[in-house]
Amino acid sequence: MTNVNNIKITPEIVKEHGLNEEEYARIVSAMGREPNYTELGIYSVMWSEHCSYKSSRFHLKKLPTKAPWVIQGPGENAGVIDIGDGQAAIFKMESHNHPSYIEPYQGAATGVGGILRDVFTMGARPVANMNALRFGEPDHPKTRHLVSGVVEGIGGYGNCVGVPTVGGETNFDASYNGNILVNAMTVGLADTDKIFYCAAAGVGNPVVYVGSKTGRDGIHGATMASAEFTEDSEEKRPTVQVGDPFTEKLLIEACLELMATDAIIAIQDMGAAGLTSSSVEMASKGGVGFELNLDNVPQREANMTPYEMCLSESQERMLMVLKPGREEMAKAIFEKWELDFAVIGEITDTGKLTLKFGGEVVGDMPINSLVEDAPEYERPYVYTDKRDAADVAAPADLNKAVLDLIGGPNLCSRRWIWEQYDHMVMGDTIQRPGGDAAVVRVHGTEKALAISTDVTPRYCYADPQQGGRQAVAETWRNITAVGATPLAITNCLNFGNPERPEIMGQFVGCLEGMGEACRALDYPIVSGNVSLYNETNGSGIMPTPAIGGVGVMKDNEKMATIAFKNAGEAIVLIGETKDELGASLYQKQILGEDAGAPPFVDLDIERRNGDFVRALIENGQVSTCHDLSDGGLIAALADMAISGGMGADVTLESDLQLHTSLFSESQARYLVAADADTAETIRKEAKDAGIPVAVIGTTGGDTLSVNGDVSIAMSELTAAHEGWLPNYMAKAAE
Amino acid sequence: MKSAVIVFPGSNCDRDMAVALEKITGQKPLMVWHQDYDFDKVDFIALPGGFSYGDYLRCGAMSARSHIMKEVIKRAEDGVPTFGVCNGFQILTETGLLPGALMRNANLHFVCKDVKLKVENTDSLFTNGYDEGAEITIPVAHHDGNYFADADTLDRLEGEGQVAFRYADDINGAQRRIAGVMNAKGNVLGMMPHPERMIEPALGGSDGRVMFESVMNRLG
Repeated sequence: MTNVNNIKITPEIVKEHGLNEEEYARIVSAMGREPNYTELGIYSVMWSEHCSYKSSRFHLKKLPTKAPWVIQGPGENAGVIDIGDGQAAIFKMESHNHPSYIEPYQGAATGVGGILRDVFTMGARPVANMNALRFGEPDHPKTRHLVSGVVEGIGGYGNCVGVPTVGGETNFDASYNGNILVNAMTVGLADTDKIFYCAAAGVGNPVVYVGSKTGRDGIHGATMASAEFTEDSEEKRPTVQVGDPFTEKLLIEACLELMATDAIIAIQDMGAAGLTSSSVEMASKGGVGFELNLDNVPQREANMTPYEMCLSESQERMLMVLKPGREEMAKAIFEKWELDFAVIGEITDTGKLTLKFGGEVVGDMPINSLVEDAPEYERPYVYTDKRDAADVAAPADLNKAVLDLIGGPNLCSRRWIWEQYDHMVMGDTIQRPGGDAAVVRVHGTEKALAISTDVTPRYCYADPQQGGRQAVAETWRNITAVGATPLAITNCLNFGNPERPEIMGQFVGCLEGMGEACRALDYPIVSGNVSLYNETNGSGIMPTPAIGGVGVMKDNEKMATIAFKNAGEAIVLIGETKDELGASLYQKQILGEDAGAPPFVDLDIERRNGDFVRALIENGQVSTCHDLSDGGLIAALADMAISGGMGADVTLESDLQLHTSLFSESQARYLVAADADTAETIRKEAKDAGIPVAVIGTTGGDTLSVNGDVSIAMSELTAAHEGWLPNYMAKAAE
Repeated sequence: MKSAVIVFPGSNCDRDMAVALEKITGQKPLMVWHQDYDFDKVDFIALPGGFSYGDYLRCGAMSARSHIMKEVIKRAEDGVPTFGVCNGFQILTETGLLPGALMRNANLHFVCKDVKLKVENTDSLFTNGYDEGAEITIPVAHHDGNYFADADTLDRLEGEGQVAFRYADDINGAQRRIAGVMNAKGNVLGMMPHPERMIEPALGGSDGRVMFESVMNRLG
């Protein structure tokens, strides 16, 4: 075997590791000598954008992360909130964009695997998976292949581990042609007194490796995820990890079984940068050192070098620190589940990560320097120019415009996708995909969790600050619309190259808006992930800060859904419709333009209207509710009608032009349906509270009609809505 | 009615099955780990959905050759009511307790949705609670539910009343839209749809309950 540590470190090798000269000089100064090859590899992943957040940390610190119900904010494997009765919800969202573009099935599958591990590492049983997917324009030659592979990968992994994939969002836009986004979110449940953290403690305590063996897959995945794409990105396929959901299932069960005992001091999954990042994280949080004997690492392949073992991103592996004397008991549990279990080292008081291999020390690095000396950049930024309000024309044919939107790539039914996900396993999914938020019962209780993932990249591009606000507000609204109280969010911040000031300006603007919304809605951020360099050949994606919100409802029987339930009910519009067609879906898709300011997000009004609607649901006055978002009022009406299998007759009285009333994307609006008497009560209550309200029509019939100007048979509308995606995907087989 | 749920390492509908059995029979089922094949005598054995040993080989092929299945086969042959859902059905065909095989869905995609089923035999141990000609709604969630057997076998199954459920619409390419079959003796049923997921209105309906209640009626 060649000893890679004999390789002389040249400026070229440093550059290949994604480190610049200044960063390399910092390493030499921290170590007091030149690093060897293994050490250089370890520094390069620990200081990669993906692991160190070097471009984003400065701004992330400004986000609100606290509330009385927050048990653990950002900085651990996942965020933890108190949901009452001694129970906690643990959740996080993470990106797997670059690998999914190169190898869609494995990229997406291991994205799900990774986020599941982040959640069960903390002691939670995963109860729901969600995702936020963004693909290139439908006509792009790669799009079908990527949709097909990503959906199959998410399903292939989630279905096997037995955690329901209960919802998500999918959009198509040309800016993702060369750089798709695959963001996966997991929510788990734990008891508040049984939460596990990653801070190692106790000099001499054993460091234990469990799960799959280490192979040569995924080496430098974190570094790849921190660079722009170019035409030869396909060559990076070997850096994509390969997932094994069956092993993940075993790992979940084995870890939860061991967690029921008191043997674990600290635990951490091996995610990006594998063994290196997990050891460093655990040692750093605990203020201790780690000495690892790499000969004891379970290996899948022969002749692996220390460099490869430290940087492998082989999946389904965990690192734990056990209380002394508990090794045999723990080993028996992992043997029962037929998983590897190996004591690979111990905690030291040296403050160093010391690596031994074949009896020699092959790496010796100060932990502090790996974590705290990582560069932090305050990259220059320029804010996106504010746009003026746009004057947006009426369509040539109103009915056709409605049909094109409802039956188009961005508003059509995603049934083709979610029918490939087992969304019912575990027996607690009480609101399936297709509604405002997914709802899963807290097993064995009356409570339920509501979960929604959202962002509108068009708005973030037009006005990052408003877009950031809107992304947070929309999850809050979706959770409200099913009758739950929104509690906290996770996020996945997908942006282009932060070294470009205009991209950094988008990042800073979005974060400002997000922070404002979180504060105004008492809706803190408890975990998250940043994915930068989402560019191919210098062309960036639209700024896409995907938000995953979680809320709780006390009585799951009160839950609202979007479907019209009874004919003859009154339809009530809550909130004010303004002339806000700038950056709307209508403008972009029907007129092919992108101009003007996006809708303004008034957070006080958002909160007032949302609290009002939630109370209607909690009081049992309303069980049919839908928020208004992309496509505006007409899109919401169509969703409710199609889901309910009945039409609606609507009359709008407004000073606005009809196309504005129908397609405006003004925020803080909801539609509810109720019997006529209840609707009248709601109208009065809203008026008294100063909330704009109007009874706009009646459910029933087999036509969706508005003012006689829109009139579409439900059969035609439903066929358009359900047909687009399966028809599009069927063309792949041709 | 005392029941057992067989738990393979990759079972993932074992808890759902246990919840349904406890809710309906009022008795907690025995959860039998795949290595504990010397388990107590029970009135009913359930093989739940999931991916028993990962199913990287043909679904159910490895489980069919496991120790625990040797015991289940023995008991089923002795007449103990035995019921396999989804992966459980795949295992039962692989053991030969039930005829036929389950191939990859015709469109090659995993499918999870509510489907309409026709109850084809309302006299059996498992289906006596349904009305004759009943059409019920039960969800499916599988990648390999495309039932196949040769024409003679299919004719025999239909002639002997061994087809328990048939899909109202073609969802996976199954021969003659068969969703569930029984053995000749009528004490073994395998089906792709998941009745344990349809046992209360909050989950979308209660049509699955009747199947468990049918067995209880018969066993008393």
